Amino acid sequence: MTAATSNADIQPRSSTDKLLDQSFSRLTLVCAFSVAAVLVWIAIVVGIQALPAMQKFGLGFLTGTKWNSAKETFGALPMIYGTLVSSLIALLLAVPTGLASAIVLSENFLPRSIRTTLVFLIELLAAIPSIIYGFWGIFVVIPFLKGIGTWLHQYLGWLPLFSTPPIGPGMLPAGVVLSIMILPILTVLSRDALASLPSDLRSGAYSVGSTRWQTIFKILIPAAFSGIVSGIMLSLGRALGETMAVTLVIGNSNDLNFSLLAPANTISSLVVSQFSEATGLQKSSLMYAALVLFAITLIVNIWALIIVRKVKQ
Amino acid sequence: MINQLLASRRSLFLGLVLLTFTVTSCLGLAKGSEPNVTLIGSGATFPAPLYQRWFSEYNKQKPAIQVAYQAVGSGAGIEQFTQGTVDFGASDVAMKDDEIKKVKQGVVLLPMTAGTIVIGYNVPDQKTGLKLSRKALGDIFLGKLQKWNDPAIAKVNPDAKLPDLPIIVVHRSEGSGTTAVFTKLLSKISPEWKEKVGDGKAVDWPTGVGGRGNEGVAALVQQIAGAIGYIEYGYAKPTKIPVANLENKSGQYVEPNTESALKALATAKLPDNLRVFITDPEGEGVYPLVTYTWIMAQKQYEDKVKAKTLKEVMTWSLTEGQKLSEEMGYVPLPQQTVEKVKAALAKIQA
Repeated sequence: MTAATSNADIQPRSSTDKLLDQSFSRLTLVCAFSVAAVLVWIAIVVGIQALPAMQKFGLGFLTGTKWNSAKETFGALPMIYGTLVSSLIALLLAVPTGLASAIVLSENFLPRSIRTTLVFLIELLAAIPSIIYGFWGIFVVIPFLKGIGTWLHQYLGWLPLFSTPPIGPGMLPAGVVLSIMILPILTVLSRDALASLPSDLRSGAYSVGSTRWQTIFKILIPAAFSGIVSGIMLSLGRALGETMAVTLVIGNSNDLNFSLLAPANTISSLVVSQFSEATGLQKSSLMYAALVLFAITLIVNIWALIIVRKVKQ
Repeated sequence: MINQLLASRRSLFLGLVLLTFTVTSCLGLAKGSEPNVTLIGSGATFPAPLYQRWFSEYNKQKPAIQVAYQAVGSGAGIEQFTQGTVDFGASDVAMKDDEIKKVKQGVVLLPMTAGTIVIGYNVPDQKTGLKLSRKALGDIFLGKLQKWNDPAIAKVNPDAKLPDLPIIVVHRSEGSGTTAVFTKLLSKISPEWKEKVGDGKAVDWPTGVGGRGNEGVAALVQQIAGAIGYIEYGYAKPTKIPVANLENKSGQYVEPNTESALKALATAKLPDNLRVFITDPEGEGVYPLVTYTWIMAQKQYEDKVKAKTLKEVMTWSLTEGQKLSEEMGYVPLPQQTVEKVKAALAKIQA
């Protein structure tokens, strides 16, 4: 075919086509904005419901350590502490493990068929409902950690972190269960980030004489850093907000206790536990707590953006 | 060719539509003889196993009538009932007057059954009735009594070999009517509890771990050596957790069972609005932790069929249904009470 005939094939687009195109682009715009609008809407509704508690307790809510519905005094510090610490434990355990498995799965240490199977199995972890993780936590993780907890308390009991004898449910089991729950997101996103790096990077590194060790840690991980950080942050987001599994294993104690072996509580676990029976100021305080959780996730995400930007520079 | 195909497809489609109409209209006719009625209720978790059993038994007898009960908690039950999203509500704490005022159609409170709250424990080698004095019970939940071999417990249990084991309190993590009844008793028997903690559906527990739901508390008590927790008897019974004999106001140690629960119910006279709380009853052989649990119905229903069905179901539950109560771990209502509740039921206009 010559150029002339193919040019003749291109016809001016009809007005209906143009209209369709335009309406499609507007539709996508509406969709994009409505996602943002839903977020704002949720924030506003939660904010309005939280207003009575905000007026009553102000910022003292963030430092108050008593949650007593009989006396109508509400403070969220124990739950804020619990939320942050349980997620931190989860990250401490999941980041090294997840990153290590991401490296193994993106490099050619293993035959491809085994790697594919492993990736599939890890992704399967994400498909397990959180209530199952909760029950697994009660019947497997808690008895398993009790021995370790007793040892920690016996030899490191002078540290405030291990100052109470383990009684079963508590911050440590919650952190461990969370770490396993966030592992798939972390691993899969980090692996994708590593695997999508251009192969030039790798061959370039080898051609200037880097060892494999140097290639992985000096070239590949820094290059995939933004992907890895976003994986970590997404998994942190899941850990902060996880409800069902946590509420089953954390012990639901609203007292502030620095020991990781003592029962604790998180914001989302508090809300799910108390919401159905709450009225008046208690309900409003739960909304306030939810708003605090909202703010924490927002701060975490902004922080992640800043880290990624700094590293890119 | 294509047109022909399309045409035949169209006629097939039309035929299908016609067929659907005929089938549905036939079914509609068949239904006409006995209309299907579905009632929706929600509320307390405490009586949920019994209610669900009742409604499924009733459904077996009258397949056209279905009652769906959601155990969402007493507070949520009252709220959903007030908003009119359910046909009836259920609560362990009877609705207060100002709550009743919010319901335009009027409210009829129906005590349907009574339940015993037991103190379950997990002490190695202590399989039967450990005795707990009033003071010991209060101090344990305040976190003041920390070891099972404490003299306060050992003194009243001279024959028991009590281990040097820390006491771990297990309570409900969510708000609950069971908690409200239990903390009311604690406030009565311990002035310190009343002052420091108070009573309510969710309180600021001085010590211990929280389990979700009666079943959550039961699971934790079974799992943790040295644990003690309060559980609705209906949930404790199938798990065979050892339960404590509690000291009542008259200074007797009483085992929780149907007889001692009925004695407790007898101490309080049901007023005309059928709302009564039995807190710390006094008398011979009275078990101190017993409560009625209520179903809330509207005085007037827009749908007369629903009103009629509700009355039928509740009447059945109050008569035939009571025979299932004991087996499920609840207290069958005394005949006198049943008559009173039936009289209240008659107030619903159908």
